[in-house]
Amino acid sequence: MKTASRILGTALFLDGFEVQDAPRYGAERRGAPLFAYVRASRQPINERGVIRRPDLVIVADDTLVPMPAAGVMAGLGDFTVLLVNSQEAPSVWKDRLNLKGPVLTLPATAEDRQELRFAGAACAGAAAALLGVVSRGATERAIREELGPLGAEVVAANLERALAAFDLMAGHAGCVQEGTEVSASGYRHPEWIDLPFEDARVAAPAIHGAATSVEVKTGLWRTMRPVIDYSRCNRCWWVCSSFCPDSAIGVNAEGRPQIDYEHCKGCMICVAQCPPHAIEAIAERAAAAAEGGRP
Amino acid sequence: MTRILLTGNRAAAWGARLARADYLPAFPITPQTEIIETIGSWIDSGEMDCRMATLESEHSMITAAGAAAATGARVFTATSSQGLLYGMEMIYTVAGWRAPFVLVNVSRGLASPLTLEPDHNDVLATRDSGFLQIHCATCQEVLDSILMAYRLGEDARVRLPVIVNLDGFYLSFTREPVETPDPAAVDGFLPPYDPENVRFRASAPLSQAVVVLGGSPYSYFRYESHLAALNALEAHEEIAEEFARTFGRTYGALDTYRTEDAEIVFVMMGSFATKAREAVDRLRQAGRPVGCVRPRLLRPFPEEGLRRALAGKRGVAVIDQNISMGKGGVLYGELASALYGLGQAAPVLVSFIGGLGGRDISAEEFYEMAAVTRSAAEQGTAPPPRLLYTLDELREVRKLQAIAHVERQGLGEES
Repeated sequence: MKTASRILGTALFLDGFEVQDAPRYGAERRGAPLFAYVRASRQPINERGVIRRPDLVIVADDTLVPMPAAGVMAGLGDFTVLLVNSQEAPSVWKDRLNLKGPVLTLPATAEDRQELRFAGAACAGAAAALLGVVSRGATERAIREELGPLGAEVVAANLERALAAFDLMAGHAGCVQEGTEVSASGYRHPEWIDLPFEDARVAAPAIHGAATSVEVKTGLWRTMRPVIDYSRCNRCWWVCSSFCPDSAIGVNAEGRPQIDYEHCKGCMICVAQCPPHAIEAIAERAAAAAEGGRP
Repeated sequence: MTRILLTGNRAAAWGARLARADYLPAFPITPQTEIIETIGSWIDSGEMDCRMATLESEHSMITAAGAAAATGARVFTATSSQGLLYGMEMIYTVAGWRAPFVLVNVSRGLASPLTLEPDHNDVLATRDSGFLQIHCATCQEVLDSILMAYRLGEDARVRLPVIVNLDGFYLSFTREPVETPDPAAVDGFLPPYDPENVRFRASAPLSQAVVVLGGSPYSYFRYESHLAALNALEAHEEIAEEFARTFGRTYGALDTYRTEDAEIVFVMMGSFATKAREAVDRLRQAGRPVGCVRPRLLRPFPEEGLRRALAGKRGVAVIDQNISMGKGGVLYGELASALYGLGQAAPVLVSFIGGLGGRDISAEEFYEMAAVTRSAAEQGTAPPPRLLYTLDELREVRKLQAIAHVERQGLGEES
């Protein structure tokens, strides 16, 4: 998403806008939720930080919608356009989340996990079209500029997806409206409170580590699922269980390694380390579909 | 001169590159690492002629920076937060060597609890070290301030190392349009460093910072550093004028915005001050005469300038993105001492603490701070200091505490 924000930012900049783009990282781990934002204006930009009242929100991975840490719905107003990379219909999301604003979906990555890596480019291309003020040419140049160092092949593949998304959204071009800033007369007063003193047994930032690790279902971060093929597993359990950085591979009484999917973040280290190559990587969406449920 | 989108980190790297830094001791830490990575890639590609050394800690990194500066090399280094604290012993030590170099600090709140997002307690921990401090509000200012910082630190009247501070995330990872100055123009503004007689060479052994006992020599050296830091105010003014002539951008010790006819003034440091500017514009649209003063220099502290800018104002809202436990906002205390003795001309000072650990400050909160300060000025007395904190935020904390409580019960630790 950082790259997507940079593609959109550069495209706006090339088309003469003042621009600010930035990612916001939390946990520095693969699969952790990440968001990025872009501001654009004809005037120099003084505003900073996370956009509190976005005009357009793009969700590249619809499994993030229910995650509080991802904060997908924060700031959605009646006029905010929400674009979700999803196989579901816009009406489904509108209903599920009780949204008043316009909802669009971009079925960009389909069931093909190979497409996941182009989700950013597709989202950037779609966003450029929805804004209605960014040219197709600037979008193309922005991708060449941002991805150029990665080689011609990467540029070509991303261009294809981004421009396809741009064209797909052409019918909605300009549906994103520029919101107004909060006026200094008649604003809603912040609900400031006087923070009370609380005893250190309440106020010390101590949370039991083990319990916290268990309660936080970091398995939701996973985009790829390691699956052990027990017909090939030779039970050299010490290897995969030791290498797992999250202690998410346990070993049962028979010496058989078992992956705790509630906490496996999908880092793929076990896949890389497994001596008999018995651990396969499967797209999370495909794995969940095979189980017959939503991820 | 080209205008490109740069993060604050890359703008910092450009500053070091255009300053033709000779030596870069490095140790990684978020959110600073991109600076070192960028310079490293330029050294690899031959775009920058600089010796980079990866050290095993910030303590060694700052020692290496000071030692290299003492040889007369132009030195650049960067760190953040816990890294700055880890090197703290040497921060104080190398400042006393009177060997100038530039250290970029990317502000990040300090543990505990741990965070990655910005506030100013890290850089304020170096306040009394002898390092000068320049605080930036935009990515452009980061690049420009590094060039100015070398001129300032290397000035014969000063000869002190300089910290250039930028806020993590809000600048470090944020891209904005930045003009990268023409290298030839920078060379004209910032000629090679001439260390004169203060020079450490392998062939000519010299003791740096020897032990002195009895207090008198110690007092002499310490006070000389203080006088040098005070000289930096005058030097900075001259350098800023030359910078403006050369590059067309003006940076005073204070950045004042719409203060001339203002009755209420926000005073704050760092990148959040651009949000204050935005709020000032909106408040003006609503008919409220509000302005903003941003100290760029924290050391030396531009006391005279602050008195000039704030004397006769009705109220001042001091917004501290830091907290000194048991006292309150650091800038509030500094400003109060600077304005002491103004008598009738003294504005009412209202203290706000906000933006800790990157906590955002909303437009509504700026409007409300202006309103609270206005009513304090009307009553002639300031309310108690306020932490910018809302009911919703406490609700979020209560949720975390409830989960922790349930977990402890589950572990049998609490009944």
